[in-house]
Amino acid sequence: MSALLDVSNLVVDFPTSSGDPFHAVDGVSFQVSAGERVGIVGESGSGKSLTSQAVMRLVSDPGVIAGGSVRFGGEDVLAYSDRALQQWRGSQVAMVFQDPMSSLNPLMRVGRQITESLETHLGMGRVAARARAVDLLRRVGIPDAEARMNDFPGAFSGGMRQRVCIAIATACSPKLLIADEPTTALDVTVQAQVLDLLDDMVSEQDTGVILISHDLGVISSFCDRILVMYAGRIVEEGTAEQIVGDPQHPYTHALLGSILKLSEPIPPRLRTISGAPPTAGRRPSGCAFAPRCPAAVDACLTNDPALVQAPLGGVGQRVACGVVAPEAFAVEQESAA
Amino acid sequence: MSEALPPVIGQGVDLAATDDDRPMRAREVLRSLRRDPAAFVSLIVLLLIALIAVLAPLITPHDPLQTYNDIGLGPQGQPLPPGTPGFLLGTDALGRDVLSRLISGTQVSLVIGIVANGLATIVGVTVGVIAGYFGGIVEAVLMRITDVVISFPILLLCTALIAVTTRSTTNVIIVIALIYWTTLARIIRGMVISLKHREFVVATRTLGVGHLRIMWKHIIPHLLPAIIVYATLGVASSILIESALSFLGIGVPIPQASWGQMISDGSTYFQIAPWMLFIPGICLIVTVMAFNLVGDWLSEMLDSAAPMAR
Amino acid sequence: MSRLDGSDLVNGPSSRSRAGEALLDVRDLKVTFRRSGGIGRRASRVPAVQGVSFQLRAGETLGIAGESGSGKSTIARTLMGINQASAGSMRLNGENVGALRGRRLAEYRRTMQMIFQDPYDSLDPRMKVGETLLEAISLRTTKPTDPKRAVEGILDQVGLSRSFIERRPRELSGGQRQRVSIARALCVDPRLILCDEAVSALDVSVRAQVLNLLKDLQEELGLAYLFISHDLSTLRFMADHVGIMYLGRLVEIGTRDEIFENPQHPYTRALLSAVPEPIVRDRSTRLPRVRLTGEPPSAANPPSGCSFHPRCPMAQEVCRTVAPPLRATTSGQDAACHFADPVLVPEPARIGADA
Repeated sequence: MSALLDVSNLVVDFPTSSGDPFHAVDGVSFQVSAGERVGIVGESGSGKSLTSQAVMRLVSDPGVIAGGSVRFGGEDVLAYSDRALQQWRGSQVAMVFQDPMSSLNPLMRVGRQITESLETHLGMGRVAARARAVDLLRRVGIPDAEARMNDFPGAFSGGMRQRVCIAIATACSPKLLIADEPTTALDVTVQAQVLDLLDDMVSEQDTGVILISHDLGVISSFCDRILVMYAGRIVEEGTAEQIVGDPQHPYTHALLGSILKLSEPIPPRLRTISGAPPTAGRRPSGCAFAPRCPAAVDACLTNDPALVQAPLGGVGQRVACGVVAPEAFAVEQESAA
Repeated sequence: MSEALPPVIGQGVDLAATDDDRPMRAREVLRSLRRDPAAFVSLIVLLLIALIAVLAPLITPHDPLQTYNDIGLGPQGQPLPPGTPGFLLGTDALGRDVLSRLISGTQVSLVIGIVANGLATIVGVTVGVIAGYFGGIVEAVLMRITDVVISFPILLLCTALIAVTTRSTTNVIIVIALIYWTTLARIIRGMVISLKHREFVVATRTLGVGHLRIMWKHIIPHLLPAIIVYATLGVASSILIESALSFLGIGVPIPQASWGQMISDGSTYFQIAPWMLFIPGICLIVTVMAFNLVGDWLSEMLDSAAPMAR
Repeated sequence: MSRLDGSDLVNGPSSRSRAGEALLDVRDLKVTFRRSGGIGRRASRVPAVQGVSFQLRAGETLGIAGESGSGKSTIARTLMGINQASAGSMRLNGENVGALRGRRLAEYRRTMQMIFQDPYDSLDPRMKVGETLLEAISLRTTKPTDPKRAVEGILDQVGLSRSFIERRPRELSGGQRQRVSIARALCVDPRLILCDEAVSALDVSVRAQVLNLLKDLQEELGLAYLFISHDLSTLRFMADHVGIMYLGRLVEIGTRDEIFENPQHPYTRALLSAVPEPIVRDRSTRLPRVRLTGEPPSAANPPSGCSFHPRCPMAQEVCRTVAPPLRATTSGQDAACHFADPVLVPEPARIGADA
């Protein structure tokens, strides 16, 4: 199965007053195959959102894509002209954002926002587009779809708006759907519904999905493969079962540990990771997680681990930790200085 | 359980932080100026004008009130054009040196502009803050008063008043302040309303901190960037209003020089001595433009550091 | 546990309320918002809280869970005096809070403090941490002899080093800002702290730290918490008792174990099953299938009878017409459902709403 999306050594930089650019995304590589669901999980400053924005070429000033490549269906996305970009977005790849209110035009009727995409990308006529839009609204679970076509986004609740966004995103049957924290702003019962809907829509159209979230529960319930990001890098990669059942990286371990599952007994104190994720401008030398890592050794402070096959993990499970996988320190890291 | 000291956030992008106010740093200000040459030039112009205003009595080549009937007027009694030796910018209809009057007028216009504007700012901000913060009946009453003042034909009233009393600089200042405070009151009220709902103000109220302290320590400091911008623009407005008042004949008392007065005289003698109109007119335009450009720049710079929108 | 010199400053277990006595007693609280009419809109009344009663004892935590429109935040804000109660009573230490004015109100305000959700906006960005805390400490009825020392002591209690006094909020991470908010609350020596989604905006790894801190402070100082959160796993860790809110009413309330181990109300069950957990399951069972249909209704237009009936998998005819009262069930907690007690009422046949 050839890769639908192939991201290689992606670097996104932000300028700092000291002159040296800050690598908010620092050499990230991953692939998404057709119909595959990849989840990117991380906390603030991990670069997960920026990565997806870079794939869509939505990185805005003062951030710049400073290195690496993004190939979609074999083509170099970073080299797309404006016109090619316009054609590509919406029809081949689509995005669903966290806040549906700001990603929908509040002054444009909902039906129009869907038909706009259909007319532009699929060349549909007015009547056909409208019929398809009503169909889509019904499909995403908006009751009374025909009448709701003429409503403005403000008339919908948060969950409904997100469904509309999903309708717009899937209208042209894109090959890849990127969902950036699509349910974070929603109530938990609505979140479950929207995830269900997303599941149905992408299964039906065999769409590849990149799901980004800080919530490991959401990601592991939805995705086939998971990338764990920390401070701009992927620190662990594997199938959902591998990551949740047998985490290799101390950060993944700690992340899972700090979540109190409903099924386990209540401890007197929660397990924590000391300190906080590094903020922009100051990336420690060596492994970025070392200052907080319970398993860190001296070598961790000077050596930057590469992402390598985890010796104790499953097939395809990779980890960037020199303690768990000594060869991570041995590999020459292609640093994006 | 103590946390290790976190890394200090660099001057670059803090991807986790949001729109916080922060103290302006000289370096940032200079950088911002470099990017905006129009504002830079305007700032220089303003500084020059301020300098002239301050040093006015010392740098006037002649006494601005002195009419030179003999050397200041031509053979037919007409004003002398610019370039005449001794009168760099020419003379006006009464043989007075235009340059000296210009310089003296700078002082007058600027002083009036700043004082009047200062007064307007104090009144406008006070009314706006009290109305916005307390809401309810207090706000309603204050805003209605503001509305009345706005809709009142102040200019006509003042014309009548001054016609009955006397022309004086003080009256001019009061009139300008009366006209201008309402704009600020409305704007500030709007800002205060959105500020008072911000979580930190709500949190401070729940602590039990008194109203006065909240307004003084928590609300007004956040208004300062906007106040500074409006004050800057306000000086320009004030100068313009003063010119209008002088033009209408209810400005500073003659023979005191002011730009408005000079423009007023100049318009009468436009055909025989166009420089009487143009020279003060150009000064006015340049000054007001400079103030506006600086005001724009300030507003942009302060906005990028502390956007009001949440 | 004494922390500083000048024991009058020290936050310690209060003698004012004996552990076990109800510190906060809320009876039939109602809060209605009046939405003024505008062009093309009639004036409406939004019943945000419709008759809620609960008690909170010193040193204990009552968790309130619910989604948007449930009214849980409104309860907190009403208790703090940010909103006005329309009916009902709120008693703190036996004192009827609604009737307080002036200085007594100010004193009351200091007995109860609040931590807000947004760590980035609940601190004044223009004030240094030290200034914020000094401002709070100056409000104590017995002024500290050395305010600076007192502030340092409180920073210690929340796990921040003294260097934070000079920092501004923009220099702090989310977790640190929440600690400062907690410190600010502690400065006025409260007996009760309302945590309104206090950790929801924090990263997962930081959330655990702050929750641990809150628990530690509760033990050290005998604080009571009213902990509001939509996140049930957080409540499970923090709370002794849990109340579930739906559209302005308490639909279930009981001890933590009663609620989590044996939920009686269908909404509670749906909430619990909706929480996505990172546990290993195969693809077919990954997305749990207990689903509610529809959305949380708007408080302005509540459904008839039981407000949950449009979404309830167990809805019956009676649910459409009669609102069930909150009453005791045999498993211990109180629940507001006609069919809550499986011992007394057999599982009804489902009609209408889809599961």
